[in-house]
Amino acid sequence: MAKAKGAIVVDTEKCKGCGVCVSTCPTQVINLAADVNGKGYHYAYMGNPDACIGCANCGVICPDTCITVYRAKPVKA
Amino acid sequence: MSDTNTIISPENLIYKKTDVLLDNTMHYCPGCSHGTVHKLIAEVIDELGIQETTIGIAPVGCSVLAYNYIDIDWQEAAHGRAPALATAVKRLMPEKNVFSYQGDGDLAAIGTAETIHACNRGENIVMIFINNGIYGMTGGQMAPTTLPGMPASTCPAGRDVSHDGAPIKISELLAQLPGTCYVTRQAVHTAANVRKAKKAIRKAFENQQANKGTSLIEVVSTCNSGWKMSPVQANKWMEEHMFSYYPLGDLKDE
Repeated sequence: MAKAKGAIVVDTEKCKGCGVCVSTCPTQVINLAADVNGKGYHYAYMGNPDACIGCANCGVICPDTCITVYRAKPVKA
Repeated sequence: MSDTNTIISPENLIYKKTDVLLDNTMHYCPGCSHGTVHKLIAEVIDELGIQETTIGIAPVGCSVLAYNYIDIDWQEAAHGRAPALATAVKRLMPEKNVFSYQGDGDLAAIGTAETIHACNRGENIVMIFINNGIYGMTGGQMAPTTLPGMPASTCPAGRDVSHDGAPIKISELLAQLPGTCYVTRQAVHTAANVRKAKKAIRKAFENQQANKGTSLIEVVSTCNSGWKMSPVQANKWMEEHMFSYYPLGDLKDE
């Protein structure tokens, strides 16, 4: 299993479930949840966290800016 | 999962919401390009350190409430009159960074005269133009920028050019005027395009600081509610149909 290099945190209450992040993710990390948030939207979450490379494309494209992106620093050998 | 939990720590942070963008939840529909462009403007203001000296001019249209989202000073203009108000603000306070934010119904329809004359006078302002080819707020009516054959609530069979005329290419029009220094057309449907659009907005603000004249940034956008598509479908439709009529890229850069 690939070792995750990145991770995202979604503000699930602010997310409107537009799915733009899902389509922009190059490694298919993000899914829309089966559950809904307080406003009735299927919010985004990390469905496949191991594949995240921390490219920040989802954060950059999110119209509601509800994704925070982290990327692990390369470990020195 | 343990990997993910160790990665989420402040030293690994690479992208978060800028503080210039307020925490209010935007009223825009899911996937609306307005939110992305608001974010880019806020990020540019943050990076240039001009939060205290920037005045935005809000339009009439979906983005009428833009002042609720970006933490700067704002003025609300009458419909289409944002360039005229921006002119006044900039002339009275030349040390401020002034930008107008308008949609196509505002900038290219009711406000065409103000737009053209502000650009012709070379007012030292930044104009952000959101072009989604439709009147979004009022229910998806045909706009001057609606594509030939594109359905809208007032032309359900599609725009008939023989009856309604061809869509206005406002950026091409304004690029001919000597007052404009920078006219560019961008989009925010992919992460790469968002990054390019941000560079363009930054350049426009830098042009203003260098007293170069009017900078216009057109952002070809989607209106997924008005177009009756999902946000992802709307982005695809825009790529397939809008870009051939409204090609992306710089039209003028002096």
